Amino acid sequence: MVWGRFLWGILALGALAGLGFVAYAWEREIAPIEPSQLGRFDATEIRQGAALAAIGNCGSCHTRPGGATHAGGRALATPFGTIHSSNITPDAETGIGGWSFEAFARAMRKGVDRAGRHLYPAFPYDHFTLTSEADNRALYAFLMTRAPINATALQNNLPFPLNERLLIAGWKLLYLKQGDFRPDPSKGSAWNRGAYLTEGLAHCGACHTPRNGMGAEIRGRSLDGGEVEGWVAYAINEKSPSPVPWTVDSLHFYLRNGWHAEHGISRGPMAPVTANLGEVSDADVRAIAVYVADRMGARNPTATQKTPVADGAQGAGGKPIFDAACASCHDGSRPLPFGGMDLRMSSAVHAPDPTNIVNVVLHGLSPAPGERSPIMPSYGGVISDAQIVDLLTYMRAAFTDKPAWSRLAELVAKQRARGDTLPTYSSDGHLSAPARPNARVTAW
Amino acid sequence: MVTLKVNGTTHELDVEPDTPLLYVLRDNLGLNGAKFGCGLGQCGACTVMVDGTAVLSCVMPVMLIANRTVTTVEGLGTLDNPGPMQRAFIAEQAAQCGYCIAGMMMRAQALLQKHPDAADAEIRTHMEPNLCRCGTHMRILKAVRRAADLMRAEAKQSALRSTP
Repeated sequence: MVWGRFLWGILALGALAGLGFVAYAWEREIAPIEPSQLGRFDATEIRQGAALAAIGNCGSCHTRPGGATHAGGRALATPFGTIHSSNITPDAETGIGGWSFEAFARAMRKGVDRAGRHLYPAFPYDHFTLTSEADNRALYAFLMTRAPINATALQNNLPFPLNERLLIAGWKLLYLKQGDFRPDPSKGSAWNRGAYLTEGLAHCGACHTPRNGMGAEIRGRSLDGGEVEGWVAYAINEKSPSPVPWTVDSLHFYLRNGWHAEHGISRGPMAPVTANLGEVSDADVRAIAVYVADRMGARNPTATQKTPVADGAQGAGGKPIFDAACASCHDGSRPLPFGGMDLRMSSAVHAPDPTNIVNVVLHGLSPAPGERSPIMPSYGGVISDAQIVDLLTYMRAAFTDKPAWSRLAELVAKQRARGDTLPTYSSDGHLSAPARPNARVTAW
Repeated sequence: MVTLKVNGTTHELDVEPDTPLLYVLRDNLGLNGAKFGCGLGQCGACTVMVDGTAVLSCVMPVMLIANRTVTTVEGLGTLDNPGPMQRAFIAEQAAQCGYCIAGMMMRAQALLQKHPDAADAEIRTHMEPNLCRCGTHMRILKAVRRAADLMRAEAKQSALRSTP
């Protein structure tokens, strides 16, 4: 009898908790607006919005390769399933044409769409929540004045129960910290502007912070380095693998131009980021550089003396390959960005994870369409997995003071097996159209 | 000694292992189709196919190529019996000075062998590494599209022939 009551009590509590969760997770629909209700936007505000959209890198995810800008449809392959980006052009039927500013700001702040559905955190509202009302208004003005494109978003391909959007409310309860950006009064205005952009709209941590099993950025490991689209995003805090320490000036130049003489060129999913930052206000890029350089801290350069690799030593088999295939550019005198990087200064060779250098050996660096840009031939067609392992083992030993990479053979086989589904980018941020255009690879 | 399989023939060659494939093709085997342009892998005039992939032969040491299958423009057909890629380039009169054309044909061949139905955007992206200083790019693109049609038609015919 007592047990019966106890069981009933448990059930009642469970039902109450379930109801409570639904009540918590429930978001109301915001009524659609008519285009005539939009009114006119100020040209200055639209221009600001364009720059902010570039800093937020909106077009990279919300444009499929070869598709119209911001019309969505790009596939994001996550360990949980495939998510397709939405159409954020002001098309009333398939885009955000019916969204009032209130609906737009709610999406940015708490990841809920106009109809009240929770958005998947592939949309980085865990960062965008920091964006100020004024900046959201400028972004809204910019997006709502683009040409409307009728393009229906592709269905996500997520298994049950992940396809239940109500569950995302639980994720948010754990990982979304809403609230405005709080400036640090002990720091200067450039630092604070940089922190606001880096942690907010620019969402640098979305790639440069490792993620947990729930796909959320791990607290306490901010900017420790992460993985995205089959590429490694290096640590951009005190753990930065760059043998030459970054400075405000070198970061500023790199973010603006997509390369730096002492650090090499930006590639993989970083290429569209630097291409975008080349177009926005210099002061904002400088601010990001000030903040990130501070996060990296000052340190002495690591030894970059070339270490001779003894015959018969591990990786000695890679030396003839390097001398024959790589040295003519990478040991040459032609300066960056068109010459080959001196690998003693390369983050790729010094980083704990060699994924990027494996990708570049296999796929090379593709040229930007219609403009002068750095290029490296792809060696994937000729070099065998074993030869890549020899080559990279040699490069690690010869150009760094770091321990040899482990499980290199496995990694090379894995990256080669990805074939042309690995997204490669040219220096202008152009995503090379792969044979399967919607393929996008994300490791976490 | 390095073993090279070029256009269906196996060669045993006494060359330094770091010799670029292009030099071996031209100087040792007398296959002058692939051209020396920049020597830095920047222009594409030296493009050949290795195991079906377009490769810049001026920066590929033969030690990486040993025992793989190399195809040069000479392997696509002969003067009397040009292959579909060559017929398409002739039909479109895609060459002006002609220096880049062998490389263009080899890069296009590699794409169409893998993706016979390559879309226009894909063709353009794929051909991006190869330069033409005369500026006949539009004709080259037309020739590649024509080659794709010819190759599809041939594949269809041979499929019909092989059906009992």
